Amino acid sequence: MTVSPVNAIEYIPDSGVLEKVYLVIGMRKKVVTRALSSFADGSFFIGGNMIRIENLTKSYRNENNRLLALNDVSATIKDGEFLGIIGSSGAGKSTLIRQLSLIERPDKGTIWLDDVDLFKLNGQDLLRMRRQLGIVFQGYHLLEQKNVFENIAFPLKLVNMNKDEIKKRVEELISLVGLNEKAFAYPIQLSGGQKQRVAIARALASSPSLLLCDEPTSALDVITTKSILDLLVEIHRKTNVTIVIITHELSVVKTVCKRVIVMNEGSFVEDGSVSEVFVSPKHEMTKLLLSYQEGLL
Amino acid sequence: MTNLLIKGTIDTLYIVSMSTLFALIGGLPIGVFLTVWKNDGIAPFVYGEKLLSGIVNTVRSIPFVILIIALFPFTRLIVGRSYGVEASIVALVVGAIPFVARLVESALAEVDEGLIKAAITMGATPWQIVVNVYLVESVPALIRLVSLTMITLVGYAAMAGVVGGGGLGDIAIRYGLHRYQTDVMLLTIVIMVIMVQLIQSGFNFIANRLDRRRA
Repeated sequence: MTVSPVNAIEYIPDSGVLEKVYLVIGMRKKVVTRALSSFADGSFFIGGNMIRIENLTKSYRNENNRLLALNDVSATIKDGEFLGIIGSSGAGKSTLIRQLSLIERPDKGTIWLDDVDLFKLNGQDLLRMRRQLGIVFQGYHLLEQKNVFENIAFPLKLVNMNKDEIKKRVEELISLVGLNEKAFAYPIQLSGGQKQRVAIARALASSPSLLLCDEPTSALDVITTKSILDLLVEIHRKTNVTIVIITHELSVVKTVCKRVIVMNEGSFVEDGSVSEVFVSPKHEMTKLLLSYQEGLL
Repeated sequence: MTNLLIKGTIDTLYIVSMSTLFALIGGLPIGVFLTVWKNDGIAPFVYGEKLLSGIVNTVRSIPFVILIIALFPFTRLIVGRSYGVEASIVALVVGAIPFVARLVESALAEVDEGLIKAAITMGATPWQIVVNVYLVESVPALIRLVSLTMITLVGYAAMAGVVGGGGLGDIAIRYGLHRYQTDVMLLTIVIMVIMVQLIQSGFNFIANRLDRRRA
């Protein structure tokens, strides 16, 4: 018997029971909520925010050169994944970030978020989609004239959230990143690690579908790096937000990521679970990265 | 003589503060447009930027004494006569707007480019970026710019005195120069030096107090 969405509703006697079943079999809360509400309107959605990078190609030109920064790369990032993208400088990481953060358009290919082609968005839709992406930068980029609270509130202010809601949400985030003591400090009074915590809280403020971290620890010492990575792991455990870390630091990927994509000369040369890829590397670049890492230890 | 100097001082303060106010009202938006309309700005509009920049450069390249005289017909149209305190204000505002616009432009250029990029990725509109990032982040620089403008205008206002613009410059010319009253000349200089010192230290104090980059 084929179960059409309309019929399906009749087979769901109690969404509370269903929610428990889904949660038990390991579906995430966010997905469950969305799935259940989709039954009500008949769209019958089971899945998550899936990001699909599809044949993404980008090149830059100057007077007489054409630099192919991204060469036909494809990958699927599932909801709730913790992905590391690693490559040495010039591998195309920054270009990939500019595409993922929707500030540059590719020459060819596209990125899908579920069934939305991100590069077909314009005007208000594009702004709305950008608000669904949280980005953490290597250089923090905080408002120097605003305190921690106001910095985290910034993305919420942009969508005109009311003051009480902002206060509630920001206080939540401040304690999530462990900066309760520093809520009214200005960036100049913070250490690098504390600044990055503010930046992470700010990126999470609008409950993004994706937390994109661009070299989040490359400006930090090893101990601070460890604490920031621990924080990211904790956030991932608590909120199950999809996290993508783009970095040149192998140790970062090894420590926190479940899956890794290795980039070289604008291509994805390896893609697999961290244990698999690092135990039996196939591509020369992965081997090279690993050998340098061992050399350092 | 005391009354004369008091009146001159009040006139100069009036001329300088009014023309600074209007120059800011005119120059701030122009400086913002010069910034956001650039090719790599947050709302690129290259022709607009080129045109605005051209006008700014044209006005700035005219020596101020000549600008005052060239503006006589315009000044008469606005305030009814081409001499006196109000006439000076008109000429000073026209001369100072492009100056303020360039100062605003360079103040905004100091804002961390990465922060602007970050705001874009957060889905901020160009207007939101101007208000919440560019202007907020450059508050100390903008306050210092006000003192720089005022001090420049103290000098310009004195030049307007050459053509009967009122204020201390006018007094220095009429009494100090034409009537050989050296004491008047010296006193106007002393008053202007004090004025400039006070403006400079007052605004520096405010700018430093408001600058959150000072721990």
